[in-house]
Amino acid sequence: MPEVILSAQDLVKHYPIRSGVLRRVAGQVKAVDGVSFDLHKGETLGIVGESGCGKSTLGRLLMRLEEPTSGKVIFGGEDWSGASGRKLRQMRRNIQIVFQDPYTSLNPRMTVGDIVGEPLEIHSDVVPKGGRRKRVQELLDLVGLNPEHINRYPHQFSGGQRQRIGIARGIALNPSVLVCDEPVSALDVSVQAQVVNLMEKLQDELGLAYVFIAHDLSVVRHISDRVGVMYLGRMAELGEEDEVYSRPTHPYTQALLSAVPVPDPTLRGKRDQIVLQGDVPSPANPPSGCRFHTRCWKAQEVCTTDEPELELRPDGLGAHLSRCHFAEPRLILETVDVSDLEPDTRFAGTEVQDMSDLGAGLGAAGGGEDLGSSAADAGVERSSALHPDTDQAPQDTTRLVDEQPGDDRPTR
Amino acid sequence: MTTTQDTTTPSDKTSGVTYTPEDGLLLEVEDLYVEFHTPDGIATAINGVSFDLHQGESLAILGESGSGKSVTAQAIMGILDMPPAVIPGGHIRYCGQDLLSMPEDQRRRTRGPEVSMIFQDALSSLNPVFPVGWQIAEMFRMHRGVNKSDALEQAIRLMERVQIPAARDRVKAYPHQFSGGMRQRIMIAMAIALDPAVLIADEPTTALDVTVQAQIMALLDELQQERQMGLILITHDLGVVADVADRIAVMYAGRFVEKADVVELYSAPAHPYTRGLLESIPRLDQKGQTLAAIGGLPPNLMRIPPGCPFNPRCRRAEDVCRRDRPELREVVPGRFAACHFAEEVINA
Ligand SMILES: Nc1ncnc2c1ncn2[C@@H]1O[C@H](COP(=O)(O)OP(=O)(O)OP(=O)(O)O)[C@@H](O)[C@H]1O
Ligand SMILES: Nc1ncnc2c1ncn2[C@@H]1O[C@H](COP(=O)(O)OP(=O)(O)O)[C@@H](O)[C@H]1O
Ligand code: SF4
Ligand code: SF4
Ligand SMILES: [Mg+2]
Ligand SMILES: [Mg+2]
Repeated sequence: MPEVILSAQDLVKHYPIRSGVLRRVAGQVKAVDGVSFDLHKGETLGIVGESGCGKSTLGRLLMRLEEPTSGKVIFGGEDWSGASGRKLRQMRRNIQIVFQDPYTSLNPRMTVGDIVGEPLEIHSDVVPKGGRRKRVQELLDLVGLNPEHINRYPHQFSGGQRQRIGIARGIALNPSVLVCDEPVSALDVSVQAQVVNLMEKLQDELGLAYVFIAHDLSVVRHISDRVGVMYLGRMAELGEEDEVYSRPTHPYTQALLSAVPVPDPTLRGKRDQIVLQGDVPSPANPPSGCRFHTRCWKAQEVCTTDEPELELRPDGLGAHLSRCHFAEPRLILETVDVSDLEPDTRFAGTEVQDMSDLGAGLGAAGGGEDLGSSAADAGVERSSALHPDTDQAPQDTTRLVDEQPGDDRPTR
Repeated sequence: MTTTQDTTTPSDKTSGVTYTPEDGLLLEVEDLYVEFHTPDGIATAINGVSFDLHQGESLAILGESGSGKSVTAQAIMGILDMPPAVIPGGHIRYCGQDLLSMPEDQRRRTRGPEVSMIFQDALSSLNPVFPVGWQIAEMFRMHRGVNKSDALEQAIRLMERVQIPAARDRVKAYPHQFSGGMRQRIMIAMAIALDPAVLIADEPTTALDVTVQAQIMALLDELQQERQMGLILITHDLGVVADVADRIAVMYAGRFVEKADVVELYSAPAHPYTRGLLESIPRLDQKGQTLAAIGGLPPNLMRIPPGCPFNPRCRRAEDVCRRDRPELREVVPGRFAACHFAEEVINA
């Protein structure tokens, strides 16, 4: 396996819950509670799990957008947990992030050129001033956008195009790791594949490693080499894509997989469906012992008292990491290997193309497609009405990396 | 109404009008048009849509965002904002009676007891300032003239039916005190409270986790079987459709581009758009798949391209596609597609 480029070591992030007039700390939300993994050069590690399990928080910790309560992030063999100032900036150059919501994560008042070029301004030593515009145009071209659109504003682009802008910005500094938090979740099915294909192409060309956070298990299977399944702030199972999807040993992974609808009506009623009862417990008060025991159909006495370790457990063929006392493989869905099949490209294509050139109803006045007027304007309003300092869980999507406190960026 | 029901008989309904489906035919939408007249111009959101719905049948309307799914649902429910919406043509018949020409007070009384809807976003469609039990009970009071304590009792039974744990203790709780999945159950409870014959579910699980989605879809399926409702399931998820629907209508830029039995459509799509969609989704049961994406974007509804609306994105397009609009036509028995080359596509 290629060298480890990024490694999370027992990362913990607890958020205090304050209550009463005195705002006393009444408890802790255990958003991420001891997560460890290695990311290898050029690979994609998928992170899946239900809403609130800590995926985005983990992403922010890796980026050091958030200070871990404890634990370390090691990048290129060096511990970056305590880094600040110049050292932190240097690290950010190598790890970039792409956010979930293409409607709110881009500053509506900046042109595409400014958005994509901003990292180059901040890290002014990477590309000399005179060459930056050209570099931005190269980046736009690379992600399949028309370089001539450099002076347009985000609302003049569709969701898929905006996600490409976010990706162009993410790769501007030639990072070796790109953390992608739900990069395609807000996109329509037909556009989602365009962005997924683009990400795969960039990975091949630039040797990027991805941490790909998503709740869509099918997309994650498609793009990932290895996959981690999170439950209530912890990794429940971690292994190669095939190990997790074809030979899952943790009951939670099995239930999650069985709940995913498959686009094949002939499988209706024939799939192994495990319907979980109840909701995810609060991360402020996770269950004792195994965190999954309140919903697990296999739970025994020991599960309520002893927390299982995330360790190698046999999966029928080999062994991979799982956090269950009674881990055993269960086939949820027969996997068909279609890697030899040529896709039928008579009706849809595999190439990454510039969407704006297709002119599907794009207005001459600047990509004013369907989304243009209504959704886009709503997006503008939403982002200007944001209060980044509220008590609630941050809207991961609303901030750009370099707008984070702690990053001494030059005033423009 | 001939649906089997546990609590209601037709005479319960204050409207006094009874609706009887002939041969199980509940709803007929015929050549429906909806426009939005905005300062920027006229957007044709629905462009000649027709379909039928029978008792006990599930029809999925599949489309990407902006294709007109919700507008179709709102037109059937009669809850479009008019203006800006205008219905320049078409019929919507419920048990033979045209809803569009019905006096408003008569039509209003069909909402709930006859045709009912679950909205895309449960949180914003429940009233945040009233307890959920009260909101459900209010429906029984308004439509059935039931007294307060009986209405509350019925509300509790209904909350139990949609599997809200400890329903009796929670009947006084407010919407924000429930999880997303439970709020969606409450929406379902409200939608089925008056035993509608037609239930429209507009992306009922889009905002939910897959585990919760599975619970909700199972519940909807059960309720539909139990009450023999006609179900219109609106979704963009080809997986959900495959699990639930009998028939499917694929919507693109305000039109149905393909209509078929679900099994047939998935095995041999007859329209390039449907085909492209099926090839662009990653599948959980496949590895090493190469995704074939549809290029481009859906059109601006104010400037729908001439000829076939899909032509700027279609790899199969020829000159005729840029010139002549293909009508939705029967390609093989029971299979409809709006493509000049549908025969070729279906056999590809
Ligand atoms: N700044 C914060 N203050 C308090 N609680 C927080 C904060 N950020 C996150 N949380 C809580 O931590 C938990 C994990 O949140 P996180 O955003 O990481 O979830 P997620 O897995 O990304 O969910 P989703 O799939 O909905 O995006 C949640 O319970 C969330 O409410
Ligand atoms: N009140 C409105 N005013 C103007 N346009 C509208 C209005 N409601 C919907 N539309 C437009 O109608 C089209 C179809 O919308 P909708 O049915 O909500 O799509 P979806 O298929 O995502 O449910 C969209 O282009 C939308 O912008
Ligand atoms: S340890 Fe026990 S409760 Fe936890 S997943 Fe395994 S069997 Fe279920
Ligand atoms: S009519 Fe032409 S453009 Fe339209 S879908 Fe068929 S082949 Fe494509
Ligand atoms: Mg998140
Ligand atoms: Mg909608």
